[in-house]
Formats: sequence, structure tokens, C-alpha cells
Amino acid sequence: MPKVPLWDLPELPQNQLPLHLQLQKTRVSCNNDAPTNTENVTYSGAYSALGVDNSLRLDEFRNDFKVKVIKLNEEDMEFDLIGIDASIANAFRRILIAELPTMAIEKVLVANSSSVVQDEVLAHRLGLIPIKVDPRLFDYMSENDVPNEKNSIVFKLHVKCERKSGERLTVYSHDLEWLPSGSEYVLPTENSSESKPKTYTSFTSSQVSLPEFANNPITVTPGIIISKLAPGQEIELEAHAVKGVGKTHAKWSPVATAWYRMLPEVVLLQDIEDEDAQKLVNKCPVNVFDIEDMGKGVKRAAVARPRACTLCRECIREPGWEEKVALRRVKDHFIFTIESTGALPPEVLFTEAVKILEDKCESVITELS
Amino acid sequence: MEHGSYKDQSASTFSLAEDHTLANALRFTLNQDPRVSVCGYSIPHPSEARVNIRVQTTGDSAKEVLKDSCQDLMMICQHVRSTFDQAVTDFKNNNGSESE
Repeated sequence: MPKVPLWDLPELPQNQLPLHLQLQKTRVSCNNDAPTNTENVTYSGAYSALGVDNSLRLDEFRNDFKVKVIKLNEEDMEFDLIGIDASIANAFRRILIAELPTMAIEKVLVANSSSVVQDEVLAHRLGLIPIKVDPRLFDYMSENDVPNEKNSIVFKLHVKCERKSGERLTVYSHDLEWLPSGSEYVLPTENSSESKPKTYTSFTSSQVSLPEFANNPITVTPGIIISKLAPGQEIELEAHAVKGVGKTHAKWSPVATAWYRMLPEVVLLQDIEDEDAQKLVNKCPVNVFDIEDMGKGVKRAAVARPRACTLCRECIREPGWEEKVALRRVKDHFIFTIESTGALPPEVLFTEAVKILEDKCESVITELS
Repeated sequence: MEHGSYKDQSASTFSLAEDHTLANALRFTLNQDPRVSVCGYSIPHPSEARVNIRVQTTGDSAKEVLKDSCQDLMMICQHVRSTFDQAVTDFKNNNGSESE
């Protein structure tokens, strides 16, 4: 900032910060060596000496907050959250990864396995297979609960590699069959009773009778290789899936991953012309800059696609360029990407995550009252 | 669990069974409340899911201020949810009509 005598400073409109403070408050400056101004100024009285109120005014938040959806399909979505603070955006990200429930295979009953893959390795792999069912239709199962149709899903896997074929057989995840009536393996009991023998699960009714599953059989993501069998080897097992959250084990995480980044802002501090402009356009690996023809043979550089900037800092790496190009991030504009594994569509995942944050707040309020 | 003084209700530490997810967001809304003079959170040990939120106010009861901040956070969440649902519906309508 150039030095200006005190009496020449411009008059500030009330309720607005001077430009350099606004820059400090709303932008992260990404310099050559490290980013600065990364902390959010949250304290309500931070600018009270200047007469500016930094407190949360819900009406202003309601007016300024925007959501823009950029991409949306069944598997992933990309959207912008504008006007929200990093702590809340991070809370949503953490909940999406760790606290949204899903169904995943937890118990594996191995009847016969002559494959080279050890039982526990096989069970681990089965647990990681995503199950395409809405977890909201099921209840949690605790230690004392009996597995029934409301809290578990049973799959069966029975594959054998025939000796005649002579080739290895690959066991895929779509070889898992859903058993809507529950487990088929009988519990070992001492007295053999004439009534129906007890199995490892106690389904009172078949899951197919429920309206949600009548025409929608429960499937897993197809095409995932579970194991490979040589001729003569066989796997026969039953897998029981229960509801859980990512905090307990990553197999219960409903997102392949979810992440956000702050919107990059590229500003040209000086006019960059001719040779320098061409150099700048060539340096950027993602083509953020474009050449504008100003007529009379003068070429100027302009910022065309700041959103694509990966902040690799190639444009400011060489000495002298840092005064020409400023790389910044906008602190309250988050570009969220959510990749779902298939249990729920990504927009439902985000809505559920916001609901879970609300429930947490409510539980704190009830705990305090 | 609130650790404070019976005589001076304006400063206490709340020990909750939470983690950074809620504590950081609560710390943000607490800081934005003009009645709060100091607010912060710490996690005593990472293996235990416990967080200590310290609230010191300019006179009001710390418990009330924390409850109000939780309410503010809930309102923020509700607004985020409704705006998001609206944006998704708009996107689906716009893209549904474009692809036809």
C-alpha cells in the first residue's frame, strides 16, 4: 500500500471496511511461498473500532447465501455454496464421510472355502462392497438384538470353479445373491425339533413382501472382483449386512469421497502486454489466461477461466511476476464435490448430512436444558 | 456437562461428547454473537470423544448464550437445506427441459 498522509485518506462510507481490510477478511492470498490471511475473522467485535458490525445477522445470511448446482447425475454432483463459513462447510464434509449411515456386510458365515484367499481377507473384501439400498429403511442392530428383516440383509455366495474348464474363475460381486427370506444355515441345536429349524437370522416375513423391495431387488455394485478360483476350488458362504456409520469403519461410508475447495481468484495487478502476455498464456497448465487483441497489434492478457485454476503458482514462480499476478481464494465460496457409492443419490446425501448437523444441535440443546 | 460457578453465570466450560464437526461450527456461531467476549474449544485427548467449549459473555448466562447459538446454527442449517433443495429442483427442471 503506498503511503498517504492521514488527511488525504478517502472518506469511508459507514458500515464498510476499507478495501485492504476487506481483502484481508474475504480473501486468502496465495503467495509464492505460502498462503496468508487464512484465518476467518469471526469475532463479532473485531471491527468495532471502525464502527463496523461483524456479528451474525441471520437476515443478511439468508439474503446472501446462494447454492448453484453445476453438475448432477446419479453418481456424483458438483455444486457451489456461496456465503457460508468454512467451519460449517467442513462440518458438512465430515458428516458426509463419517456420520451418514449405510448398509455393509459385517458377519460372514463361511461354510466351505477351498480358495487360496484366506477367510478373513475374503470377509474384509466382502465388507467393502457397496450395497445399493436406502439405509433409512433399516434399523440399527445392537449386540442384544436378534437379526431380523428390519435390521439385516442376507447375501449368499456359492461359486465353484469346474475342473473341466481348466481356466481360472473370477468371482465377482454380482455373484452375490440376495436372500430375502433370511439365512439358510441352520443353528446347531441339541434337540432336533419337528418345527421349522432355527437359522442364524430370525426373519418373521420375507423382505420381498415389503413394498420398497417388491420390484426393487437389493443388489450390490456389480463388477467388483472378490476372488479368483483355480479348477476344483469352491467358495460357499453367507454374508449378513447391517447398518453402521463411517466413524466405526470406512466400509459404512456412503461417499467414495466428498471434498470442497475454495473458489480461486486470479487478478492481474498490472496490464500485461505482448511478449509477457504470450509467456503467461503458455505458462499456465490449465489455460486460465487468454490473449485479447486490443487492435493496433497490441495484445493483452486477460483472465478467462479462474475457476479452473489449480493454484500451481507457475505464473508467479519467476521473480518479478508476483507484482503482476495476484492469486487468491474467496473465503466464503466453496466448490463442493460429492461422489456417492450408490446407496443414495448425492443430493439426498447432502440433505441428510445437513439434517444430522441439525439433530446434533438439538441434542446439545436438550442436554443443556 | 457445565463446569462453572454458581455466583458468576457468565463464564463456564461445557464438556460435550462431540468432536470437531459440531464444536468448530458452534464456535463460529458463538463468536458471531455480540454477547460473547471469549469463546473457544479444545479436545482434551484425541482418543476420547470429548470436547470442552469455553464461553465467556458480557454478563448474560453462558448456558443461554450457548443455547441461542445452537438455535442459530439450526436456523443456518435449515436455510442451507431449503436453498439447496430449491437449487437442485431448478437444476433438474432446467436440464430436463434442455435435454428434450
